[in-house]
Amino acid sequence: MKRVRTLAGALASVPITLFGLVLITFVIGRVVPIDPVVAIVGDHAPPEVIARVRAELGLDRPLPVQFLIYVKNLLHGDLGRSVMTSHRVTTDIAQYFPATIELATAAIILALLVGIPAGVLAASRQGSRLDHIVRVLSIGGQSVPVFVLGMIFLLIFYVKLGIAPGTGQQNVLYEGMVPHITGMHVIDAALTGQWDAFWDGLAHLALPALVLAYFSLGYITRMTRAYMIDALKGEYIITARAKGLSGARILWRHAFGNISVGLITVIALAYANLLSGAVLTETVFSWPGLGLYLTVSLLNADMNAVLGATLVVGLVYIGLNLIADLAYRLFDPRVR
Amino acid sequence: MSAHVEMRDLRVAFPSPRGPVEVVHGVSFTLGAEKLGIVGESGSGKSVTARAILKLLPRAATISATRLTFDGIDVLGASERQMRAIRGKRAGLILQDPKYALNPVMTAGAQIAEAWRVHHRGSARQARAAAIDLLAQVRIRDPGRVAALYPHELSGGMGQRVMIAMMLAPDPELLIADEPTSALDATVQAEILRLIEDLVARRGMGLILISHDLPLVSHFCDRVMVMYAGRVMEELRAANLSAAQHPYTRGLLDCLPSLIHPKDRLSVLKRDPAWEG
Repeated sequence: MKRVRTLAGALASVPITLFGLVLITFVIGRVVPIDPVVAIVGDHAPPEVIARVRAELGLDRPLPVQFLIYVKNLLHGDLGRSVMTSHRVTTDIAQYFPATIELATAAIILALLVGIPAGVLAASRQGSRLDHIVRVLSIGGQSVPVFVLGMIFLLIFYVKLGIAPGTGQQNVLYEGMVPHITGMHVIDAALTGQWDAFWDGLAHLALPALVLAYFSLGYITRMTRAYMIDALKGEYIITARAKGLSGARILWRHAFGNISVGLITVIALAYANLLSGAVLTETVFSWPGLGLYLTVSLLNADMNAVLGATLVVGLVYIGLNLIADLAYRLFDPRVR
Repeated sequence: MSAHVEMRDLRVAFPSPRGPVEVVHGVSFTLGAEKLGIVGESGSGKSVTARAILKLLPRAATISATRLTFDGIDVLGASERQMRAIRGKRAGLILQDPKYALNPVMTAGAQIAEAWRVHHRGSARQARAAAIDLLAQVRIRDPGRVAALYPHELSGGMGQRVMIAMMLAPDPELLIADEPTSALDATVQAEILRLIEDLVARRGMGLILISHDLPLVSHFCDRVMVMYAGRVMEELRAANLSAAQHPYTRGLLDCLPSLIHPKDRLSVLKRDPAWEG
């Protein structure tokens, strides 16, 4: 019962945050110095055409009324049409977002598999050579811009060594061969048993995923290391040693057990960052994800698409924050 | 019983920006199945001396001694693996404040069961039963319920009982209690001490009780070792404490207010630089 109440507490803030998100995206969409009407009909359209299109889009009404219409459409799942693709924005997002999820998920898995053990071991041997190497590498991940790293990776592994495929999600050979089931290319290929396309997709995924993983790795490693150093100072670590436990058990069960819940927040934020902030990586690697969609839409003054994609990014943050918050309330005995 | 612990000329140093700083300057004692009290002010080296027996000092510390043995085992030469066979199994350590000394995200029962299981090699079910039995031994009324509680749900006294149960789990021969009652209320202090006394007597364990409470130690222990600035000032039978000869011990005793012989002014300890060697 107590648990239900704490969960309800976490959920109660969601509608307020959502409203704020919708309001801000709407205002941004209306204050940018771009006229969506001109973007549709062109610079040289006669004034009466411009006025008619403006009326059709409802852009001649006062802003609060426009906002109400926007919210009403949103509640019906309608984000409008993209001028550029002439599809519904929702259709476009369903098309592009899975590719971003695929890339971000591959990256976060790599980052976790390397980053957490690296952080834990560095903390357990604080000041050792291993610790210094881990620190330098993780600061590197945080400081080198992803697009620079992406281009260097492409130059080395694709151009010079020729061991990695070039940009894009798949080889042109497989274009249109894999049906859209989840939208995640590698998974769809595996689901339909097209193993050639699967391995090709995985090879294309490798470089951008590594670039993004290295970026998150820096953050996750540094946070893990800092949390662990703090935890290892605890009196209960002396108790655990006095019990005669092995070093590994003290490290993982006692110290890591104390920080794992806190790390969920770190991981959720890193993942949200990947899902939304892959714009540069997707551009460098021509990865057909949400970031690329957002960039192209913005360059074409395609405001419905920009607003829709921004809204999705906002939703990702709210959703992952909520998950981290719920995890905290469920798994940490002190909060529970 | 033979001597559990033999310590000759223990020296402990910690690194500092201006070179190593020695904090314990040659402490020696032997301990059998008896109750030894170590008293002294904060920073006199009581805890460091006692923890050196189990090599539970921070990694930066350097320990040296002409002889430091636990039941004949050379502690300084022992590997970490050999030390693990001593820690917990043969000698337990009770720390001051259960609020910090218990793992906050493990239940009391799980922490006791873990201590039992490292040294007994039984099933999880047996370990759990043993944990509840141990909680009953430290006189917790509803051991099944308390076993499922987390440290922040326990009172100070209960927490310290859990700590004691945990350290008794592997049946050690020696218990080191580092100010086990300093963080507790006065009424609870007496209960915990009686509990320790009872368990130590019943199991025939050796005990090292670290405290800055002279009267308490003299009531409770067989022998008292008085430390100051990393040195032993005096070692004497607890019963003879009131007849202590060393000026530092006398000074400490004179500082205690008495209800029976009230003084207008409490005397102040005058420190002699010679005590620091």
